[in-house]
Amino acid sequence: MGKRVLITGLGTFWGSRIAQRLEADPDVDVIVGLDAVEPTIALERVEYVKADPSYSILSRIVKATQVDTILHTFLVVDSTHMSGRKLHEINVIGTMNLLAAAGAPESSVRQVVVKSSSLIYGSSFQDPVWFREETPRVRSPRNRVERSLLEVEGYLRDFAEDNPHVAVSLLRFSNVLGTDIVTSISKALELPLTPSILGYDPLMQFLEEDDVARAIEFVMANQVPGIYNVAGDGRLPWSEVASMCGKRLAPLPPLFTHWLTNPLGRLGVVDMPPELLDLLRYGRGIDNRRLKRAGFNYRYTSAGAVESFARAQRLRRSVGENSNPSYRYERDVENFFRHSPAVVRDPAQ
Amino acid sequence: MLPMTAEEHVKEATRTGTLVHLPGLSQEAGPDRDPRLSDVDEWGRSERMRALARRLYDPLYRRWFRVEWEGLEKIPTDGGALLVANHAAALPSDAPVIMHGIEEELGRAVYGLADHLFKSIPVVGTMWSRTGGVAAHPENAYRLLREQKQLVLVFPEGAKGPGKTYAERYRLRRFGRGGFVEIAMRAGVPVVPIAVVGAEESMPILFKLPSVAKSLGLPYFPITANQLVFGPILGNVMYFPAKFKLKVLDPVHFDVPPDQERYSKSRVMDEAEDIRVSLQDTLYEMLKARQSVWFG
Repeated sequence: MGKRVLITGLGTFWGSRIAQRLEADPDVDVIVGLDAVEPTIALERVEYVKADPSYSILSRIVKATQVDTILHTFLVVDSTHMSGRKLHEINVIGTMNLLAAAGAPESSVRQVVVKSSSLIYGSSFQDPVWFREETPRVRSPRNRVERSLLEVEGYLRDFAEDNPHVAVSLLRFSNVLGTDIVTSISKALELPLTPSILGYDPLMQFLEEDDVARAIEFVMANQVPGIYNVAGDGRLPWSEVASMCGKRLAPLPPLFTHWLTNPLGRLGVVDMPPELLDLLRYGRGIDNRRLKRAGFNYRYTSAGAVESFARAQRLRRSVGENSNPSYRYERDVENFFRHSPAVVRDPAQ
Repeated sequence: MLPMTAEEHVKEATRTGTLVHLPGLSQEAGPDRDPRLSDVDEWGRSERMRALARRLYDPLYRRWFRVEWEGLEKIPTDGGALLVANHAAALPSDAPVIMHGIEEELGRAVYGLADHLFKSIPVVGTMWSRTGGVAAHPENAYRLLREQKQLVLVFPEGAKGPGKTYAERYRLRRFGRGGFVEIAMRAGVPVVPIAVVGAEESMPILFKLPSVAKSLGLPYFPITANQLVFGPILGNVMYFPAKFKLKVLDPVHFDVPPDQERYSKSRVMDEAEDIRVSLQDTLYEMLKARQSVWFG
């Protein structure tokens, strides 16, 4: 019998990306995708369930579908376009409901994989060059994304302790760059001049988007419980990242930087949340060796991820943004393909 | 027939007028090709920047401070070692002297551990990091010493060393909480003490302004003799040409297994105190032999 998987945040980049990859996996029988918004890419056999962002109906879904694996990809790690309340609702309350459903007495869940972020370590001048999974963060969090992620990890720790029969994997992903994903860093690198902070040239670490999906698949397939940092090898200065993308730096004043970036952000010129301003000063490095020891092979280094982004950027410059055909979710059409007796599901028979 | 080279293909094609497929000249850039543009390593150090800094610093080292070493052969030529020294001068002049000397004489890179504060200052923090400075975090020291087998320089007195006034010169402060001994034990490397004479007189502090330091978030705010002689701007970067003499002491090996969770605190404190006392004694011996601050 194959796996029965539940994915949160199906409408987000990661949720849909990972769902798509799982569809190709013959060991996965059922994929249920949960989100408040509709998926933005064409999916073959994923069952989409519309849910409110804090997943109050989750325990019913878990019971009804008898899923054995939950992939929690829907943690917000970019605070720019979201109110503090909504972020709290999604990250903290959503995870709480998810774990409550997974830990119910007759629950069928045996594995939980959570996609967290290296934001959990913060970014300050007192940081070590490499954070290991056990290294405590140096300064208490000053922004709400980091605070909410810390709360989420706290819930998860309790859950893992109370449910020893469930394999709980917590993955802390570093900043992602790649061919398709849009983050505040990729947006900064799309600007004519790359914002930096005068006098600082922090060492950055990146992860290619393919390695994100591969890492989640890896921990899912091999059932490796525990906390893992996921990031490419090596670190490189922000100035070098900009020149690899063929950009020059536009230094922002080191004092009162947010006085400048906040109004510019509101005008839509730049997109610089407080956690990115910290990163552009001090950078962050996380030690990726524990996941390697568990048997995972990275395809890209940090510099390789930047290179992959730069190549995609050059392609976009030549052929325009819409090189991928757009997709719009139509409930009736998707239901027809999944459930109508008229559709031949296995042509081999 | 021998396989043709690309040039021969072209010649052949021009002669016969036919279209031939040229063998691929460039390989598709794979993910394993190294796309790096600079040589900045994971610690922020760039050998190119370090070489440039050495070239600029060399006249200061040879002509201004006229540095003399004794016992340089005691510094291991391979494997990790933790170098510890006494720390002095308002803007410490001893760290660059030690790093420059060892890199020039032994051809080994030295990573200098310094207060985190450095990293928070624009420009200075970046330059310090590119030229071999690393924030003094135990995880950094362990990784450099144990895994990468490098030479690491640390000043156990911390900011209390350079924050001394001239009246307290060459009197060693407390060696922190002995953290440097614990790191050397965990990394399984020896501690090599280095006694430095001359740094104290290169930028002596006359008195300090604690309230200014507090409001700026600095460990101390000094008024130096250099500021009085060279003026309020140049005085912050101009050193007096004190004669530098350095003496390397015998490496201290600890007979303990590395990678332990914890080491006996009393043993750690005893070892730290022994190293402090031997450094202090050596300094006094060197000062007894010194005829002049400027000529040694």
